[in-house]
Amino acid sequence: MSKRKILMSLATLCVLSTAAAAEGPKAGGVINAVIQPEPPSLMVGLVQNGPTQMVAGNIYEGLLRYSPKLDPLPGLAESWSVSEDGKVYTFKLVKGATWHDGKPFTSADVLFSIEFLKQTHARARGNLVQLDKVEAPDESTVVFTLKQPFGPFIGIFEVGSLPMIPKHIYEGTDFKTNPANNTPIGTGPFMFKEWQKGSFIRLVKNPSYHVKGKPNIDEIYWHVIPDAAARSVAYETGKVDVLPGGSVENFDVPRLSKLKNTCVTGAGWEFFSPHSWLWLNNRAGPTANKKFRQALMFAIDRNMAKDVVWNGLGKVATGPSGSAIKYYTSAVPKYDYDPAKAKALLKEAGYKGEKVRMLPLPYGETWQRWAEMVRQNLQDVGINVDMIATDVPGWNQKVSEWDYDIAFTYLYQYGDPALGVGRNYVSSQIAKGSPFNNVEGYSNPEIDKLFADGAVAFPDSAREEIYAKAQKILVEDVPVAWMLELQFPTITRCRVKNLVTTGIGVNDGFRDAWIEK
Amino acid sequence: MISFIAQRIAKAVIVLLALVVMNFFLIRMAPGDPALVMAGEAGAGDQLFVAQLREKFGLDKPLPVQLFLYVKGIVSLDLGFSFRQQMPVAKLILDRLPATLLLTGTAFAISFAFGVLFGALAARFAGTWADTAITVAALIFYATPLFWVALMAILLFSVTMDWLPSFGYETVGAGYTGLAHVLDVAAHLILPATTIGLFFMATYARMTRASMLEVVRLDFVKTARAKGLSDAIIQRRHVLRNALLPVVTLAGLQAGTLVGGAVLTETVFAWPGIGRLIYEALLQRDYNLLLGVFVVCSAMVLAFNLITDLVYRSVDPRIEFAT
Repeated sequence: MSKRKILMSLATLCVLSTAAAAEGPKAGGVINAVIQPEPPSLMVGLVQNGPTQMVAGNIYEGLLRYSPKLDPLPGLAESWSVSEDGKVYTFKLVKGATWHDGKPFTSADVLFSIEFLKQTHARARGNLVQLDKVEAPDESTVVFTLKQPFGPFIGIFEVGSLPMIPKHIYEGTDFKTNPANNTPIGTGPFMFKEWQKGSFIRLVKNPSYHVKGKPNIDEIYWHVIPDAAARSVAYETGKVDVLPGGSVENFDVPRLSKLKNTCVTGAGWEFFSPHSWLWLNNRAGPTANKKFRQALMFAIDRNMAKDVVWNGLGKVATGPSGSAIKYYTSAVPKYDYDPAKAKALLKEAGYKGEKVRMLPLPYGETWQRWAEMVRQNLQDVGINVDMIATDVPGWNQKVSEWDYDIAFTYLYQYGDPALGVGRNYVSSQIAKGSPFNNVEGYSNPEIDKLFADGAVAFPDSAREEIYAKAQKILVEDVPVAWMLELQFPTITRCRVKNLVTTGIGVNDGFRDAWIEK
Repeated sequence: MISFIAQRIAKAVIVLLALVVMNFFLIRMAPGDPALVMAGEAGAGDQLFVAQLREKFGLDKPLPVQLFLYVKGIVSLDLGFSFRQQMPVAKLILDRLPATLLLTGTAFAISFAFGVLFGALAARFAGTWADTAITVAALIFYATPLFWVALMAILLFSVTMDWLPSFGYETVGAGYTGLAHVLDVAAHLILPATTIGLFFMATYARMTRASMLEVVRLDFVKTARAKGLSDAIIQRRHVLRNALLPVVTLAGLQAGTLVGGAVLTETVFAWPGIGRLIYEALLQRDYNLLLGVFVVCSAMVLAFNLITDLVYRSVDPRIEFAT
């Protein structure tokens, strides 16, 4: 390269970096986003559904956030350390954090939150099962002591899993009827301002937010638009700027993504890692036979489903863990699309054309289309599928009562096999009446032991070995038919910057977002 | 007349209570319950969590006890508490009522006025191109599903032409007041009100046309002609007035359902009314909310039936109140 060219390149670089610096985060502006369905409440300590966290993730905070690689990031804790034996976790809280009513956030609030959530938050209750005690030696230090090492413990502190609750508001009250549930008070970057039920929720900037210079945005409006087509139109006509993942039907995504000044990202779901599969009833009927279940895996063209139904978004699932989850391994038996092999396995299984009841997930047109495609795949290899239509409550009941043969589902995995994977396969989670445990009825003492050991093994390398073994056994046994690692694309105007900066994505609040003028 | 009204009200209360009991059991026959739905939404529904929710909502009690408690509440005008929305049902309904009445009231007024007008024109010019055009248009609007009309209207007037807003009750965050606010709400109202209005307009037009053609053949119309009255007077004073009875009956029945909102239209246009409340309550098995809306709607239907009977009297003075 000549000297002149090098000089020109340097000059160009200089200009570009100056421009980049000039285009740094700008203060001000309003974001109009869609929320669906309308959350029943914004008090994330009491209600843990998706829409609640999406809005309340701006109001409340957890001690930690997580990067796309699921490494912990500072939240209300500025630093943390783990003892050598993996049993003591010490958190230093940020200085100067206050609740939206001006009261200081202290370690007493952390202690109170733990007690609060043990009573109200099913997932937190499970996550805290190894907690022996929690102490506050001073106002800005919290020490968690575990009964035994619990590998996933550092991963349970995001806002949806362990939100901080204001002690001065809730202590000594009936949590469920506290008036503050309707006017939530958190420490987050945005404060609750107004909620016109059925129309919109308005949040405004927290001027006393503990992270200097944040948030950049002045206001957020969350618009409640119940119809998927109407949500697409609202974006198309410029009335909303942000369609969080899952807001529109997948077949609308390619069209919307081609609109002027529109950016699409699948990022921001790494923590949740939505994983889809077919529940297969392991208790009775053809699906009780392992060879029949393996035949299903060969019979279903998952790549085609990804490309056609999900517009190329997501990945074919190789087993019980998503590839973003800790200790994932791809070294498991493979089930490529192979109808001939499926037919051979069905013959070995002695399948005689008995009717197999299949429940699609009643979450809209995308899921319906996917079920149609799977039915066609199964019919092609000679499986007699009876598709049963339900609405959400009906689906919940049939799955909870084990009244199905095949049922579509997807679940979040929360970053660690001990938090979001094991519950679907261990025998202790076989219990009628809940749609989100081991509803397939798979029971294998070896798997029970592996998941029990994996949760408390120490250090990480020991956990890795255990979970690799568990994944291999499960994929061989096919207790459920894993389908896709889902990606819910977030669609935004390109001028909205830094909307997704962590592995929790839009569920983690808009504190880093800014609008290009 | 007073004893007639008193008797009708007494009968209405009995019917209403019977409806409450029937609805109570009908809703519970649907699979699933609110506890399962909420546990599902939390994605972590262990049995303890589901049991806690059932206890909180009183769903752990035997069905007859639940019914007794509900009816007891209704008698003391308490519609109960919404499981999902975490609010008293009465407040939820009252909050949504203005938007629903604005939408359905506007649609009703437009459809009645224009339906009767077009029906009368079609009858007056029966057999001509005008009659054919009105009849064909009425049949098209009657036969086309509302949600499709709604989506096409959005596509044409919001997406393509950008004339009208596609969703909501007002421009959120605009801060309009006074006349500007009224005009803003009116702009948001046009598409949903027209969508509903077109369907009902078609029914009124068809009903008015058929009824007028029947009345026009009757003897008293011939007498009026023989007396030398002008055609306009005969049509307006004699034919239309007598032809309106079945139309008023239909309007009375439909007016009673106005409070229930328009489920599909409110959903597509994100109109924050009672129709959407029903849709969401049904999907979430929010029993108390659904029952509450049904109670209010049933009461309104009964009230409007009574009003219709009273209106008959003024439309046709020959009708007497039988007690």
